[in-house]
Amino acid sequence: MVGILEDKDRIFTNLYGFHDWGLEAAKKRGAWNATADMLSAGRLWVIDQIKNSGLRGRGGAGFGTGLKWSFMPKEVGERPHYLVVNADESEPGTCKDREIMRHDPHLFIEGCLIASFAMQAHACYIYIRGEYVREREVMEAAIKQAYEAKLVGKDNIHGWDFDIYIHHGAGAYICGEETALLESLEGKKGQPRLKPPFPAGAGLYGCPTTVNNVESIAVVGTILRRGAGWFAGFGRPNNTGTKLMCISGHVERPCNVEEVMSIPLKQVLEEHCGGVRGGWGNLKAVIPGGSSVPMITAEQCETALLDFDSLRELRSGLGTAAVIVMDKSTDLVRAIARISYFYKHESCGQCTPCREGTGWMWRVMERMAKGDADPKEIDLLIEVTTQVEGHTICALGDAAAWPIQGLFRHFRHEVEERIANYRSGKPHVQGATLVAAE
Amino acid sequence: MSVRRLAKEQPASFAFSAETLETANWWIAKYPAARRQSAVIPILWLVQKQEGWVSEPAIRAIADLLGMAVIRVMEVVTFYTMFQLEPVGKAALIQVCGTTPCALRGANALMDLCKKEIGAKDHLSSDGLFTWQEVECLGACVNAPMAQINDYYFEDLTPESLAGIIADFRAGKSPKAGSYSGRHTSEPAGGALTLTDPSLYDGSAAKPIAKLPNLPEPETAA
Repeated sequence: MVGILEDKDRIFTNLYGFHDWGLEAAKKRGAWNATADMLSAGRLWVIDQIKNSGLRGRGGAGFGTGLKWSFMPKEVGERPHYLVVNADESEPGTCKDREIMRHDPHLFIEGCLIASFAMQAHACYIYIRGEYVREREVMEAAIKQAYEAKLVGKDNIHGWDFDIYIHHGAGAYICGEETALLESLEGKKGQPRLKPPFPAGAGLYGCPTTVNNVESIAVVGTILRRGAGWFAGFGRPNNTGTKLMCISGHVERPCNVEEVMSIPLKQVLEEHCGGVRGGWGNLKAVIPGGSSVPMITAEQCETALLDFDSLRELRSGLGTAAVIVMDKSTDLVRAIARISYFYKHESCGQCTPCREGTGWMWRVMERMAKGDADPKEIDLLIEVTTQVEGHTICALGDAAAWPIQGLFRHFRHEVEERIANYRSGKPHVQGATLVAAE
Repeated sequence: MSVRRLAKEQPASFAFSAETLETANWWIAKYPAARRQSAVIPILWLVQKQEGWVSEPAIRAIADLLGMAVIRVMEVVTFYTMFQLEPVGKAALIQVCGTTPCALRGANALMDLCKKEIGAKDHLSSDGLFTWQEVECLGACVNAPMAQINDYYFEDLTPESLAGIIADFRAGKSPKAGSYSGRHTSEPAGGALTLTDPSLYDGSAAKPIAKLPNLPEPETAA
């Protein structure tokens, strides 16, 4: 057996799409089983079970899902409640929600119904990133099946009137931020809103709204079917459950896999991915949670566990559990410069520190990747990252700052070396050239 | 941020096709009646599917359809990078993912090939058939390097397989999307190591559950 999690405990049994995604096949794999019983146990029971399972949001921040649901107003007032599902999966390294949507859509739709019931919402919008055209087609078809089978819709067999709609974006990373997503869903530019008010008070169309990640919602049905204790039995306390992990970069066999939380990083790489390209000794660094978190070194990878707390102790983060592996052939400075370009490209332009800072940091990183910089600029760059971090409406500023800080925390000497060597082999006389005249 | 401007040369007019209009109305019906504006991104996308790109007359027509100020549609169209503001290749729009996970696995070689086969980035090729762009993470990182061609993802590419795909489009064929290294989807190359237990798929998971775990005890009637 590879890894820790056994097949019988996997939630996403069609992760790779070897089986039919359609309703009948999904039911055979356990979806929509006893859903009516869950709803008849009442919304407080549902929220309690999710709280007891220890499920933390799978979109990166890791906020308790049950707790988040409980922030919705207790009574429905004049304004309707909404569930909005964040399927704008764009964090570099992450490709898990895509597999859920195109291969296990019914687990996901079932989760939407249960979650909406728990927060007294009669409508749910799923915001899929625009590039996921195929995934959107499958989701539309699966929702059609669910309507036809009266699993959702008005007067459905579960007794909770519920409409579910697909919406899509058009290529903006920032729309993965929940308030930017709501703006985008309202037909505007995706620029994050100031909080408070939080979406649970005033979200979509000014109504109480909860925004959850696809994976957080899609696991709900199975947790209730098998029990909060079953889910909480995996991983360490405060880091419970199973998790989809995406391992990309320099491993022999990159793949998605569902594993238990707190599994050693080394075990995932060795057993599921065939090891680091060129052997474990060839490992240089790993970005363990999507491009926004700082990298950790090969040495730290020996003992790191893939969970929120272990990676936080290493001053990194679990994020979306998107592990980007880099071997010794990697030009780390260039790799981080490319990530800086990503944030420069994706900044929405609303807050000055981020709009100006991401561009500035990228330009300096590009020069450092060549070595064309002054050693003093390293400290200046780190100083600027700390001035962007925490001074913006949303976390994109932080996300742009952390990869650079991570690089200099562990590999400052490489940049210094590159700067020191930049002049060697270059002409010392202005206008001279080393290439002999032909 | 990226600077995006409307094309200098604009067509004189734009009209929704009957099909586009029908689908547009289907989108509008998804949102509360007073919130038609929500449909602006999906409708811009439909228009781009119809015309190949988004022109200024189209922007005005969408503003009319949704009862929005033209500037609000303009804001949206220049903010979101999937909207093409200039005509693109008729055979294929090739969007190569260049972000770090793809770059680690050879996206730069794909872009070099595009440069050689098609020409400069972001420009219509001289025969009008192709445009290629470098885009940010497309979210298929375990199948890197990859490219989105027209609507679908072409994964696990090499310069050789991408050259073949470009040749197919040039010949008017429509090559299949998906992985080009023999993988089914995102399982490890050589076959899945997990999800091999047949009892997951024999219907045993669908057996009625007599009692859910942790259900509250039913209150006895007093």
